[in-house]
Amino acid sequence: MAAAGLLALVALASIAIGAKELTLAQVWHGLFQSTGSYGDVVVDERLSRTVLGLLVGAALGLAGAVLQALTRNPLADPGLLGINAGASAAVVTAMTFFGVSSVSGYVWFAFAGAAAVGALVWFLGGSRGATPVRLALAGTAISAALYGYLQAVMITDDAALGKMRFWTVGSLATATDTTILQVLPFLGAGMVLALLLARPLNAVEMGDDTARALGANLNRTRALSMLAATLLCGAATAACGPIVFVGLMVPHVVRSFTGPDLRWILPYAAVLSPVLLLGSDVVGRIVARPAELQVGVVTAVIGGPVFILLVRRRRTAQL
Amino acid sequence: MRTVRKTTPDTSAPAAAAGTARPLGRALRAPGGLSLRLDARALAVVAALLLAALTASVLLIGTGDFPISAGDVLRTLVGGGDRGQEFIVRELRLPRVLVGLLVGASLGLAGALFQSVTRNPLGSPDVLGLSAGATAGALVMIVLFSGSAAAVTGGALVGGLATGLAIYLLAWKQGVHGYRLVLVGIGVSAVVTAVNGYLITKADFVDAARAVVWMTGSLNGRDWTQVWPLLALFAVLLPLVLSQARGLRMLEMGDDVSYALGVRVERVRLVLMVSAVLLTAAATAACGPVTFVALTAPQLARRLTRSPGPNLVPSLCMGATLLVTADWAAQRLFGADQLPVGVVTGVLGGLYLLWLLVTERRAGRI
Amino acid sequence: MNRLSAETVTLAYDQRVIAEKLSVEIPDNSFTVIVGPNACGKSTLLRALSRMLRPSEGRVLLDGQVIQSMPAKKVARTLGLLPQSAVAPDGITVGDLVGRGRYPHQGLLRQWSAEDERVVRESMARTGVAELAERYVDELSGGQRQRVWIAMALAQQTPLLLLDEPTTYLDIQHQIDVLDLCAELHEEQGRTLVAVLHDLNHAARYATHLIALREGRVVAEGAPSDIVTAELVEEVFGLRCQVIEDPETGTPLVVPAARAARARTKADATTAP
Repeated sequence: MAAAGLLALVALASIAIGAKELTLAQVWHGLFQSTGSYGDVVVDERLSRTVLGLLVGAALGLAGAVLQALTRNPLADPGLLGINAGASAAVVTAMTFFGVSSVSGYVWFAFAGAAAVGALVWFLGGSRGATPVRLALAGTAISAALYGYLQAVMITDDAALGKMRFWTVGSLATATDTTILQVLPFLGAGMVLALLLARPLNAVEMGDDTARALGANLNRTRALSMLAATLLCGAATAACGPIVFVGLMVPHVVRSFTGPDLRWILPYAAVLSPVLLLGSDVVGRIVARPAELQVGVVTAVIGGPVFILLVRRRRTAQL
Repeated sequence: MRTVRKTTPDTSAPAAAAGTARPLGRALRAPGGLSLRLDARALAVVAALLLAALTASVLLIGTGDFPISAGDVLRTLVGGGDRGQEFIVRELRLPRVLVGLLVGASLGLAGALFQSVTRNPLGSPDVLGLSAGATAGALVMIVLFSGSAAAVTGGALVGGLATGLAIYLLAWKQGVHGYRLVLVGIGVSAVVTAVNGYLITKADFVDAARAVVWMTGSLNGRDWTQVWPLLALFAVLLPLVLSQARGLRMLEMGDDVSYALGVRVERVRLVLMVSAVLLTAAATAACGPVTFVALTAPQLARRLTRSPGPNLVPSLCMGATLLVTADWAAQRLFGADQLPVGVVTGVLGGLYLLWLLVTERRAGRI
Repeated sequence: MNRLSAETVTLAYDQRVIAEKLSVEIPDNSFTVIVGPNACGKSTLLRALSRMLRPSEGRVLLDGQVIQSMPAKKVARTLGLLPQSAVAPDGITVGDLVGRGRYPHQGLLRQWSAEDERVVRESMARTGVAELAERYVDELSGGQRQRVWIAMALAQQTPLLLLDEPTTYLDIQHQIDVLDLCAELHEEQGRTLVAVLHDLNHAARYATHLIALREGRVVAEGAPSDIVTAELVEEVFGLRCQVIEDPETGTPLVVPAARAARARTKADATTAP
């Protein structure tokens, strides 16, 4: 309940606060008695932005929790493992070389990129023998390679530079109702799948042998988890660019009060991740007025220290 | 941590007794207890790499809008060319090649140091956020101050050093453990990369284009003013690093074993990390964050020498060879100064990662 | 005055105190074995004796000097340690690994002397790994690998040698193999050996001096035949047992009491007035 209340509060803040200052009365007017005035248009834009933030936040939080369980790795995060970078490289390819410009067109590229990098990181990280260090390194190395590719595209194509430099930071600012409608089915499917995976993933967390002894179908669970993570990360990235650390932080916070049961972790992560994402977005709008700081930058700046704190708290043997 | 594999029972061990007569270590000994360890294969590799680097350098000097044959390049270098060639070779292309050689050597050496300290073939300075930090420094100069080339170089240097210091301090907890260093580096890298992205969105279009070119890493237009500081730094750091190399070899066996053998673990590590950070920051300041040279050079060198240990000198030579060859390839394939060298090393790095995926996966060495 | 001792040391990791005001003497030319239940501080004590861990109070003395104040290489020529966390670098050969034990005897201008070569060969011969010199360490079995590590520690040529659980992960034949090797090093070369062992019976059979720890305190120390009694085992490990004579060596042999017998005593204890 408290979590849902918090979410509502942040969502309201996200609508009310922005580069253009509006009174609460204006916000109310825009929300419920819209007449198309300037203030109403602002509110309408912020509404789309908030809804997208809610969806993307939930998607990243769920994806993070699923990946952490799947890899048995508390430091897993779709951004850190390079999955978001894979999706964005694919989207940039689609935009630049295939002339795809609609979200519904390039979301498929995003899926392909996310899935390909996910598989690559998993193999490069040593599959079953993967340790947190190996996975994080493999993800970072692949991100670096993809980043180099993005730069090469931006150098050779001025038009790409104009668009990409905004998109690759990760921002909610370009949200429109169409974008939301186009990614909604994929995000919805991914979320339902992730929530259904809670029980089998609980078994996977016990280790391969134990899980098998408990009668879990490991391969199916793994494949479905990858599918869920791909749907969630791919669609989220297609909608607003790569965003790091949201998927890392929230499951950790949630685990501290729910314990290790994914049946509790996943729903809480789905509710609390948007709180973080929208909160970051609001912060980004406040600190850099009249311009704004993209949400991807804010989450990275908040998430980096949290990540380092987590690393420092662990004993070296567990790395 | 100890890896014990349940394989081959002792009885099946084939008697490799034939080899016992061979000395365990080859050494050059002089009266008075002087002895220097020699590894014939490593020496051969170093010689071959130096030759390759020189060849690539000569070819690179000859390449451009005004092509010069290899023979003419050599003649001009020793003072025998005509006026025009003399100007092009001495003033325009030789410094560029020297910067390339020095930057490649610095990155190769820094990569070997980082990979050895972190005990991981992916633990190189570009993955751990040092290059990103140097980039942030340069971007601040380009975007916020529209700074001159010298200001950008200075910014990159400060950014790289500050990031290195931050990573070391954040990873410090009764000593710096290799794994913690890697993960903290990755965290810092993610933050700094996001900040870099933000800085680019803040820039106007011209600055953004300049920033992106800088961020790819390029040797275009490098001159003697970049050569001298790099050379001086190298002359100081190389002997320092090599004097600690034996300690570094011991560190590969774990902190406890090296400590038991009398290695001052934290001191060796601090000296080497500081050197590696300086080398990376200086190299990045000179020609932008050329990716993946630091990652691949030590690995390739190691494969050639087939020797465990940090392989510092072979990595250094490999780095120089790689960078100059990549620049030559970039000019050859895409035309003079069309694509910066960083694009080529980036592609090479990607291929290397794939290859690593195929060959190393089963060995579980990553 | 013995060469190695700890004087009222307090040992702690971060804020977690493992042992307080602990004093231990390692008798010269002994084969000392430290035993105790899990987490009693035996490995921690060994780490302190080998200066891996700096005591938060008290001091460890080597030849009358505070060990931390001595030059690192000088200590490494007097005292060797085989830790549990040893990692063989990728692609290293046995000969090369054993050769690395010569580090404290080498310098920038003295990298591989004829003496180094001789000592390394001898160490490999002693531990029976001479014929493996050209093999890669990754290819060896657990028992072979452990002998290679011991060879490396031997090449260090130290009069004192500390071993942290040298028999873990080995099967029974290789455990005995390694312990026999230790006994040989002790008897024939007069080295002082200190080992942490899990198996009380191995300790009783091989040690000349036994130190029993519980919760960071020394419960008893002395020759195994003097101190290993049913009462001591119960006090240290909380296990009821009989101590009989080892039919092979005459040393004490600990035989845990049968389950029924232990259940009876528990019942007695609870119903006692």
